[in-house]
Amino acid sequence: MEIAGNSELPSYAIAAQFSSAAELYHAAEKVRDQGYRFWDVFSPFPIHGMDQAMGLGRSFLSKLVFLGGLTGALTGLGLTWIPSSILYPLIVQGKPVDFFSIPAYFPIIFELVILFSALTAVYGMLILNGLPRWHHPMFNWDRFSQVSADGFFLAIEVRDPTFDERRTRELLENAGAQHITMIHEDSDL
Amino acid sequence: MEWIGRYVSSIVEVPTPFWWKVSIAITTPLMLVCFFCLTYLVATGIGVWGNNSPVNWAWDITNFVFWIGIGHAGTLISAILFITRQRWRTSINRAAEAMTLFAVICAGLYPMLHVGRVWMVWFLAPVPNANAIWQNFRSPLLWDVFAVSTYFTVSVLFWYTGLIPDLATLRDRAKSKIAKLSYGLAALGWRGGNRQWRNYEMAYLLLAGLSTPLVLSVHSVVSFDFATSVVPGWHTTIFPPYFVAGAVFGGFAMVLTLMIPMSYIYPSLKHLITPEHIDKMCKIILFTGSLVGYAYLMELFIAWYGGNFFERAAFYNRAFGPYWWCYWSMKFCNVVAPQIFWFPSMRRNLWVIMVTCMLVNAGMWFERFVIIGTTLARDFMPSAWGMFHPTWVDIWTFVGTFGLFLTLFLLFIRFLPMICMFEVKAVLPEADPHYHGKGTSHKEAH
Repeated sequence: MEIAGNSELPSYAIAAQFSSAAELYHAAEKVRDQGYRFWDVFSPFPIHGMDQAMGLGRSFLSKLVFLGGLTGALTGLGLTWIPSSILYPLIVQGKPVDFFSIPAYFPIIFELVILFSALTAVYGMLILNGLPRWHHPMFNWDRFSQVSADGFFLAIEVRDPTFDERRTRELLENAGAQHITMIHEDSDL
Repeated sequence: MEWIGRYVSSIVEVPTPFWWKVSIAITTPLMLVCFFCLTYLVATGIGVWGNNSPVNWAWDITNFVFWIGIGHAGTLISAILFITRQRWRTSINRAAEAMTLFAVICAGLYPMLHVGRVWMVWFLAPVPNANAIWQNFRSPLLWDVFAVSTYFTVSVLFWYTGLIPDLATLRDRAKSKIAKLSYGLAALGWRGGNRQWRNYEMAYLLLAGLSTPLVLSVHSVVSFDFATSVVPGWHTTIFPPYFVAGAVFGGFAMVLTLMIPMSYIYPSLKHLITPEHIDKMCKIILFTGSLVGYAYLMELFIAWYGGNFFERAAFYNRAFGPYWWCYWSMKFCNVVAPQIFWFPSMRRNLWVIMVTCMLVNAGMWFERFVIIGTTLARDFMPSAWGMFHPTWVDIWTFVGTFGLFLTLFLLFIRFLPMICMFEVKAVLPEADPHYHGKGTSHKEAH
């Protein structure tokens, strides 16, 4: 088996390359059926149906964004209604400031819903993905730089309870993997 | 599949081409002219612009609406066409989104400086001002502040989110240390794991879903600045849809104005920006141009049918008053010129498309000037009528914003991937997990 990174440091994962999206997809189904939990597939683009092949559910992000939007709505309502009705009631063109003037605040409330939701979507995505980060053990593998061009990879972490160096390797071999490699941790981690 | 990365990335990896140096040598001085004019304006006072009573909103608001409208095509392509699963958008959305950002930057300059004392622009922020007075939250002008700033922020987020996987591609291809470091920092450590793609795709879908109502709301709110006033010619309910259609119309013309020279300069992009893309964009221009034409006719009809004396006079003045030539230029450029796209052969002729798009760009500027300039020049009382004459500062500020816009766009195509590589890869046949064919990939086809 090839080795990537400093072999004196603890192992991070066994990784392998696959030749196409279809092969990676079928390999993911096999790994899922073996009950692995700490593993991931890497591809240059999101592969349609891979979430099911990996046994992953729906992203949690949509719920976060709903909360973000709700915060935006309440912020917008507070930001417009409190100054207009309590802090500094401003009578313009004889129009009173009361419950019935709330529709005039809708554009601002709407914009803040969008703003807060969009910020939650982007920052939530980054936080759920553990980004940004300086380095990752996967990058110790030279071959892995193909992941952003046309490379398809699968990595099973050693911390997985089902992990067994021999059996995990056989599983990858049977799935048609190439370049099976043991990847080691970084020194600063 | 690898050819996509090679074609697109090579644009930013090759040594700086000669045409790029020439172009930026033209646009940068123009940009500096804009900055000079704005500095002169701030140092001297708003009076260096030609706007004065009765035309208090003159070229500055005209140009604001013009630029913000151009941005709308970018968001339409990136958001609405994404949600409606129009896969052809994937090779044009990145450049169109960049165009949105740069157009909104140009737009934002105008209202900020139009307040007169730019150091007091913080009065627009929702905090009590120096006299402890809060804003009027029921004013469309304040809605506009929220709409435009939200639009800019969300456009930046959308654009950057889309860039992350492609920045990772550039990082992995980079040879020099500086390129590796800068693209690496910008890519935020993206690895392309499916556990990342899962959240990423959800974020992208949500951003598209949020941008769709946003883009419709922004130009609607811009139109409220006019529609909620009592000025004849402005006080109409047709304004929000009419403005949105016009924005998409003018924006697509600007997208084509930029994309056609790009595909000429970079022949390798011909596989990605195909005649089919251009054909579809021409059809959208034809459709939205006809919508705009319908809105013009409906405005005229309601002015007559509504029976309001002042409304009728306003439209009579637009067509036959002192600014008649602006009105008829607008009509010709926006309604008559795009009708040529009914002919399929004309939608394939790049010269015809280029000339038509230039006419549309000009026509949409005239539309905003007709709405703002001619309406304010003659409102209720003939004794209060007046003409607007642009000063040299007006003219050079506007010319300079094109320098700013084009300089930013040139920097974008030089340093960032112009085409969204991961999305183009994802729509190839071999990206399908159930694809087992061999030897029929796009690479061999070319």
